Amino acid sequence: MTQTTSHPSAASAESGPIGRFLKATEIDTRLVGMVGALVAIWVGFHLYGLIVNGTGVFLTPRNLWNLSVQTASIGIMACGMVLVIITRHIDLSVGSVLGFTAMVMGITQVWILPQWLGLGHPLIWLITGVVGIAVGTAIGAFHGWLVAYRGIPAFIVTLGGLLVWRGAAFLLARGETISPVDAHFALIGGGPYGSIGAIGSWVVGLIVCAAIVWLLVAGRRQRKKFEFPLRPMWAEYTLGIVGCAVMIGAVLLVNAYPWPRGIVSQYAAAQGIEVPEGGLFISHGFAIPVLVLACVGVVMTFIMTRTRFGRYVLAIGGNPDAAELAGIDTRWMTVKIFALMGFLTGLSAIVASARLNSATNSLGQLDELYVIAAAVIGGTSLAGGVGTIYGAIIGALVMQSLKTGMVLIGFDAAMQDIVVGVVLVLAVYVDKLYRSRAK
Amino acid sequence: MTTTEKPRTPLVEMRDISIAFGGIKAVDHVTIDLYPGEVVGLLGHNGAGKSTLIKCLSGAYQADGGDIFIDGKKATITNPRDARHYNIETIYQTLALADNLDAASNLFLGRELVTAAGLVDDVRMEAETRKIMGRLNPNFRKFNVPVSALSGGQRQSVAIARAVYFNARILIMDEPTAALGPHETQMVAELIEELKAQGLGIFLIEHDIHNVMKLCDRASVMKNGQLVGTVNVKDVTDEDILGMIILGKKPGQAA
Repeated sequence: MTQTTSHPSAASAESGPIGRFLKATEIDTRLVGMVGALVAIWVGFHLYGLIVNGTGVFLTPRNLWNLSVQTASIGIMACGMVLVIITRHIDLSVGSVLGFTAMVMGITQVWILPQWLGLGHPLIWLITGVVGIAVGTAIGAFHGWLVAYRGIPAFIVTLGGLLVWRGAAFLLARGETISPVDAHFALIGGGPYGSIGAIGSWVVGLIVCAAIVWLLVAGRRQRKKFEFPLRPMWAEYTLGIVGCAVMIGAVLLVNAYPWPRGIVSQYAAAQGIEVPEGGLFISHGFAIPVLVLACVGVVMTFIMTRTRFGRYVLAIGGNPDAAELAGIDTRWMTVKIFALMGFLTGLSAIVASARLNSATNSLGQLDELYVIAAAVIGGTSLAGGVGTIYGAIIGALVMQSLKTGMVLIGFDAAMQDIVVGVVLVLAVYVDKLYRSRAK
Repeated sequence: MTTTEKPRTPLVEMRDISIAFGGIKAVDHVTIDLYPGEVVGLLGHNGAGKSTLIKCLSGAYQADGGDIFIDGKKATITNPRDARHYNIETIYQTLALADNLDAASNLFLGRELVTAAGLVDDVRMEAETRKIMGRLNPNFRKFNVPVSALSGGQRQSVAIARAVYFNARILIMDEPTAALGPHETQMVAELIEELKAQGLGIFLIEHDIHNVMKLCDRASVMKNGQLVGTVNVKDVTDEDILGMIILGKKPGQAA
């Protein structure tokens, strides 16, 4: 059991300094590729703005903060879509289910609960959220049951769901827009008040840094105990330093984006603070929806890599018959996977409707396509068995960066659709090339 | 049907098993049995019903009629999990491996080792896998790659390790050497001898008549879903067995 025993043949193909670095640190080359593409998109849009329009606005704290908030809703759902696609299914209904659950929550918190609890009661947001997630989970479980126990292909079940739940959302409120939502509820959508501020962001940042270090140390100790090959120490340090640097950079970034002047004076008036001459600098810090996405990402990654459930998801995707023969109840697993997708759709509906401060009939329209695209750009294979949570989140970030960037440089809607479509096809093609080379 | 008297209770008796798919009787009132420390070959043409019969024992299919007895007691096997409770392990012809997972994940699929907190214990599973592979196939090195990256023989040894690791008492091997080279075939043959000596009962589905003559104690031959007969391998010639497979005639009967 020496150092050389256990490395994929794919890594041996690249033997330059970069290849050696990746091999030693055990970083997925696909991750490097995706991050590289993301950076290229960001810098490209910034330079384009700088050269053509005279001002580069993409790489500013304000834009990147907004980008993070806009990514949250799609990113949360993409985490669930990864599981659905890994098990060789598809969910076309998430946009409509999001619209429907948002409408249910709008009615709950605006029409029903204030009658019982009184307007602005602190429990309203909580009850509403629970109702929304419960409805989403139930719809997902129902779809999963139709797929698993009634043998209807997921494509058809969720295509039907796409139509049914959009229609149902319309009928619920006769097409009305329900607004504004509960004040506490609205915080989950972000905005100046829906962010945790400079100090809170530092706390989050330091906790994450501590977690990175702890994971590296614990992982090394565990491998040592069983005498498995270890990473060289410099690789461990590099991983730790890069991880912490990225985290601290993110904190500095979100803290560099101040509240708008209007909100500051409104806040100062409410708190009885004197606004000094040069204005008051209050940092946004991380937005709550971004923290929600981060938590979902961590929890889902944990589920996929450390629990039996996650292992079975991958096994079913790799070979459904083998999974069945290994004693895995694949049908019940399918129900659970779709229910989880529904759960995350409900959560996403909270974020989306809170951000909009209303429940509209068209909320979430076409989201299914962006969610699927995010998962696929993030390396989830439609053939099943392959996909990662972090990939899907980066995929969502890529999609959102493209959309935002094109708006900033003044592309019209038609052009945006063309670019997004081309990028999706291209991303899958590149992924296919990568895979066939790796074999 | 058996040609020798055995005083012990059989490890497995599949009595009067029938199963039909859409009107076609894939297995038609077949009775076979297996004793501890014995290898019983299951022979017949493709489509004779061998694999189907054996899948009733491994829990992949449920018989329409007939009973299964383990240690003389009636057993209910409705899915692969039930079969595993009776210490029945199966090496399928297709190997039934999840290609995207590594050797350890496949070996423990459905029976993962978990930590005190109930989480999958990858490190311990890899350690156990290294241990058993060190015994079965000492040249095996590729522990951290998906099994799709392994050769046919290496994949086969993962499938075999899975059956052996969990202390099987009844082992079903569906053409275990079909995809193997001569050296690896020899390894499987030695393994079968070793497991037999440990007192396991083995059902061996096999096409190669030489392997049958070499490895099996008895042979049950099937044709068109029915049992032609069961013979003691040392009492017959390979031509007798071929006659059973091709003509469906027991030795001694006029062809």
